[in-house]
Amino acid sequence: MESKFFHHALKILRDVCIGCSHCMRVCPTEALRVRNGKAELYDNRCIDCGECFKVCPVNAIIIEQDDFSKIFGYKRRVALVPAVLLGQFPDEVSPNDVYNTLLELGFTDVFEVENSVDILKESINEYVQNKEIPKPVISSFCPAVVRLIQVKFPALVDNIMLLKPPLDLSAIFYKLLLIDQGVAERDIGIFYITPCAAKIAAVKSPVGEEYSEVDGVINMDVIYNKVLRTIKQKNSDDPKPTNTSTINPKNILWSLTNGEANEVNGRCLAIDSLHNVIDFLEKLENEEITDVDFLEIRACDEGCAGGVLNSGNRFLTVERLKNRSESLSVDRMDMPTSYEHSIEKYKPQLDERKAANPVKPRSMMKLDEDMGRAMKKMERVQRIMCFLPDIDCGSCGAPSCQALAEDIVKGKAAISHCIFLQKMMEQTRKLHPDHSFRIMESIWGKDRFKKDCSKGFGRKKDL
Amino acid sequence: MQFEYSVEGGDFTHAGYASSQVKKVLKQLNVDPKLIKRVVVCLYEAEVNVVAHAYSGKIFTDISTDRIYMKLEDKGPGIPDIQQAMQMGYSTASPEVREMGFGAGMGLPNIQNNADEFNISSVVNEGTVVEIVVYLNQLKN
Repeated sequence: MESKFFHHALKILRDVCIGCSHCMRVCPTEALRVRNGKAELYDNRCIDCGECFKVCPVNAIIIEQDDFSKIFGYKRRVALVPAVLLGQFPDEVSPNDVYNTLLELGFTDVFEVENSVDILKESINEYVQNKEIPKPVISSFCPAVVRLIQVKFPALVDNIMLLKPPLDLSAIFYKLLLIDQGVAERDIGIFYITPCAAKIAAVKSPVGEEYSEVDGVINMDVIYNKVLRTIKQKNSDDPKPTNTSTINPKNILWSLTNGEANEVNGRCLAIDSLHNVIDFLEKLENEEITDVDFLEIRACDEGCAGGVLNSGNRFLTVERLKNRSESLSVDRMDMPTSYEHSIEKYKPQLDERKAANPVKPRSMMKLDEDMGRAMKKMERVQRIMCFLPDIDCGSCGAPSCQALAEDIVKGKAAISHCIFLQKMMEQTRKLHPDHSFRIMESIWGKDRFKKDCSKGFGRKKDL
Repeated sequence: MQFEYSVEGGDFTHAGYASSQVKKVLKQLNVDPKLIKRVVVCLYEAEVNVVAHAYSGKIFTDISTDRIYMKLEDKGPGIPDIQQAMQMGYSTASPEVREMGFGAGMGLPNIQNNADEFNISSVVNEGTVVEIVVYLNQLKN
């Protein structure tokens, strides 16, 4: 049974969850709690970064995707592939092997997302040069960062660049291209192969837009497994496919750290990895950092090469993408490029649709809508903090003492959930040991403290 | 609601602590992000002034539903000519301080621009007191 705790791409499988609290400890927005022995999510706080997914020891957190068979509901089945997919595979598997295998698996078209970067790059530079736009401009590329700003740094929402990311532009372009070739719009299915949960959330519930041009999303690990298996089972004597990619070699690096920042004029910085991002945005919000024109900000270490659904090592992925970019730069000289099918031809139409709608803050920090009531609650939080140990042990099912105190004033927890206060109350005979035991069971699950040898190396991993 | 912070002269590494804390509080109180920004800019500039010029200082904040009051009291050389110090671009900061990106002479004018009420008094060789008020229930401009 699956329980929809997550309104997001991330979902907790309640039956698989062992309530170990690993996810709760790494969540950058303190969105997770443990109750009744299971992880629970405050979904207005979740930014779909996938940190929880990475640390779950039993794979109880999954990233909801579309079923692969959904592609067969369309006559033209387009795989929108991010460049990082091609960097997942061992060196002997060439990008063209991957392309062709995707076609064998059932796609009719394969298109690299970064193809639209040529057009986007110009637009970004125009945008950043516009003096009326607040600086620094923060790239709209990483959906987890856009969501982080909405919930945690609402004062910075106006800095988010109002241009669609390459994924949306490529989807729009490819649809236009096929329609011009006489394909009916309803027959076109655009499927994005995603390296992370945030991109799925961006497709399924776009922040500013009413709908997405992308019809479905398939997780990269699924495609990786399918492609690699098909290639391994193939006869190595089969003729090698020829190079068919016409992508601008520079664009291949777009999703990596500095991929964007290097292409934008002015003073640009690239920040990656969530804790760095939070540190930086904190300083930016205080106006400690000024005179920057453009910020490329990515939730994952090494940009999309560090996406949570990637199977390959991020550093090897970066190396492979760089090598591919270099080798294409050499090959490209004699590649025939047809303007008919080029994205350049569609520039006017894309320019018309490149603007993204403004991003609205949805602050999760507030204790109450009403400031007077919020202030009363904060005073209560402060008083509760006088009693809590400030150890952040997590035994209460909340990630920190402060988080427990806030949960208490919101009516979502009780002060007796604190294991240290339980000890104190037992000592002064205000709490019976049986009662405090029941409290701990209500947090961590019934019979949770009985002997159980399926931990440590004894743990069975449910795949 | 009242909070107090102390500031160490010369400790640029930790400058900005008080403004970060105040910012967290205001976010939890559901104060408009634009107002938070003004408060934080005022407090940060004032905090950096203490770090850059004084030996030590205390920051006192009092938040109520209609306004935030901030008082920064420092022990330090004081300001001989406040009118001059309030001029855009005027600074007595040492080259070392400027090298760290501070001391452009924008601090005090910037505070005045962002504050609804601003008050500064100083005694040479004793210290400076800066008082800032930002109203929380109305949007400036």
